[in-house]
Amino acid sequence: MTLLFINARLIDPEAGTDSLGALLVQDGVIAEVLPEGMEPGQLFRARNIDEASAQVVDCSGKCLAPGIVDIGVKVCEPGERHKESYKTAGLAAAAGGVTTIVTRPDTTPTIDSPETLEFVTRRAQADAPVNVLPMAALTKERAGREMTEIGFLMDAGAVAFSDCDHVVSNTKVFSRALTYARSCGALVIAHPQEPLLSAGAAATSGKFAALRGLPAVSPMAERMGLDRDIALLEMTGAKYHADQITTARALPALERAKANGLDITAGTSIHHLTLNELDVADYRTFFKVKPPLRSEEDRLAVIEAVRTGLIDTISSMHTPQDEESKRLPFEEAAAGAVALETLLPAALRLVHAQQLDLPGLFRALALNPAKRLGLASGRLSADAPADLVLFDPDAPFVMDRFKLRSKSQNTPYDGQRMQGRVLATYVAGTAVFTN
Amino acid sequence: MSAATFDHRHLLGIETLKPHEITALLDLADSYVELNRRPEKHSDALAGLTQINMFFENSTRTQASFEIAGKRLGADVMNMAMQASSIKKGETLIDTAMTLNAMHPDLLVVRHPHSGAVDLLSQKVNCAVLNAGDGKHEHPTQALLDALTIRRAKGRLHRLNIAICGDVAHSRVARSNLILLGKMENRIRLIGPPTLVPGQFAEFGAEIYDDMREGLKDVDVVMMLRLQKERMDGGFIPSEREYFHRFGLDADKLSHAKPDAIVMHPGPMNRGVEIDGTIADDINRSVIQEQVEMGVAVRMAAMDLLAQNLRKSRQAEAS
Repeated sequence: MTLLFINARLIDPEAGTDSLGALLVQDGVIAEVLPEGMEPGQLFRARNIDEASAQVVDCSGKCLAPGIVDIGVKVCEPGERHKESYKTAGLAAAAGGVTTIVTRPDTTPTIDSPETLEFVTRRAQADAPVNVLPMAALTKERAGREMTEIGFLMDAGAVAFSDCDHVVSNTKVFSRALTYARSCGALVIAHPQEPLLSAGAAATSGKFAALRGLPAVSPMAERMGLDRDIALLEMTGAKYHADQITTARALPALERAKANGLDITAGTSIHHLTLNELDVADYRTFFKVKPPLRSEEDRLAVIEAVRTGLIDTISSMHTPQDEESKRLPFEEAAAGAVALETLLPAALRLVHAQQLDLPGLFRALALNPAKRLGLASGRLSADAPADLVLFDPDAPFVMDRFKLRSKSQNTPYDGQRMQGRVLATYVAGTAVFTN
Repeated sequence: MSAATFDHRHLLGIETLKPHEITALLDLADSYVELNRRPEKHSDALAGLTQINMFFENSTRTQASFEIAGKRLGADVMNMAMQASSIKKGETLIDTAMTLNAMHPDLLVVRHPHSGAVDLLSQKVNCAVLNAGDGKHEHPTQALLDALTIRRAKGRLHRLNIAICGDVAHSRVARSNLILLGKMENRIRLIGPPTLVPGQFAEFGAEIYDDMREGLKDVDVVMMLRLQKERMDGGFIPSEREYFHRFGLDADKLSHAKPDAIVMHPGPMNRGVEIDGTIADDINRSVIQEQVEMGVAVRMAAMDLLAQNLRKSRQAEAS
């Protein structure tokens, strides 16, 4: 099976280039990246490829980039399939140009044993059109008391270990889990937050939270959590990824830890990159996320950190919630937003605002997360899997949440003008979505 | 008084009111003070309308005040005491609102322990909603009655030095007052320990003090707040006795204010915690009883204006 993309604007995050060219895919793998202007017939003949069986895709100058690798997607199976299933999450991912979803274990029950992990893997393989890589909990029931069977879980396919938004507050338990994880070569993904300081918070402290009378947490709680985790990394040498860095004050600590050679990377969420605390306005619960939206200064600092590479990855932090969970007073409403389908158009806002360039964006969306997980994808180079997204970065549209493919439609971008439309998504050279 | 000067469907907070609307409401309230002082205190402004008081949080004073206000204006008033235990889930809040809405009330007076809950409820009903206090957000009629009390005692509601003292962090009264008094161009000081008066309140244009004597210097109005023990989820102060010693209003601390400064308290008071009993009872300084009286008049005015707007919008719909 041969696929040739011609007239493509190739976005290569590894080389940092954005140039016209062609891409040859054979048997689900990128075979060759070619310069512009080659005639397909000639090209096939030169490589002894049967022209009749080859498919040529004319990209008409639109962008062809490695598919997004999204770390931290919540699919609500098992437990809350009415909010999101592997089928709907997979369709949403495909429509959003996400070719690999790395799923969260904060389901009911928690994915904390090889048996539950196998259930997830089976469901994902049966229903999802994109790659699904499961994470498992770091501690049983995410309760922060006993570590999970990290070795067995890795054998069963867990790509990382995370208690999601639960902080393992017992430092003895956490340091042992980190030490054990290091011996297995496992990646631990943590949520840097001082849990007592941030308990009960629905907003970031500041004028806005004071005006709205919402329980708030200082942005310092994030730095305190990160500082603690960094100290434990120095102690244990574990492989660590911070799920979401969202405040300016945490950045110098992250920078120092990297400079000191610790095995640390960090991500941030699309919502913290494109929204701020004022978007909550009159208690709009679709804007309630965890950690809460930050100030504009924080948002800009985090964008700059993505640009420089200090923050490695951007995630959707896709968190489906049904209408009932959101139609509540702000304090009581559930946190989280769906974002698989809106991730790329929202991220393109940063490109349109000239804060990031396209290769830089895909470094954070595809290359870095793939590298961190040891995947061969996320690249536009020979031998990488042909997980690709073809998109028009400029096509405008008005977001209508009821058109989302997710079972839950809790997106904060509802009714907003966005730019960027996915034209096609390919997983291992097979189109899983075309528009 | 015409409702043309008060263009709102609900009264959810002070934040959305314009200074001229505040003045118009207070002017109307003044006339209701006169009515309330007559032996025959009845008007038909709300005749034929149904007022439901829905309190998801315990209240005696505010609920009684709204009830008397509605009855004096001829409304059919009903009180619903919503037990805190029956509203564990917010769906119930919206469901309750929908259920009530089906009974065609005209005025809904709501108090709720969560910030923004009254706002949410107002989106689901087609009557006028009055916020009687939502969490730590707003308590607009309290700020309006305080404003009326100040205006009557001081003869004006601008260019005054006003101190708001005590538990600002947990107080919706403080927020509404801060917004209202700021809109009317007064100089506001917030006084209390930094655990109860967080620094971000400086961004509202208030000056912040953690010393009562310094903060009260030359003020015209001293507003005391109740220490909201029920809203505190941890140690904000070491003890009540230390709090009283440092921040409780007594004769010595009050002597730093202007000689004719008035003392206010939204009630209910914790005597010996935030205020000395003798100050609270000093008829030359304390206007605490007047505040209660103004409360009824202000609520009558607010419901009158909202009812006028409601009738107007219904006429427009019918025609």
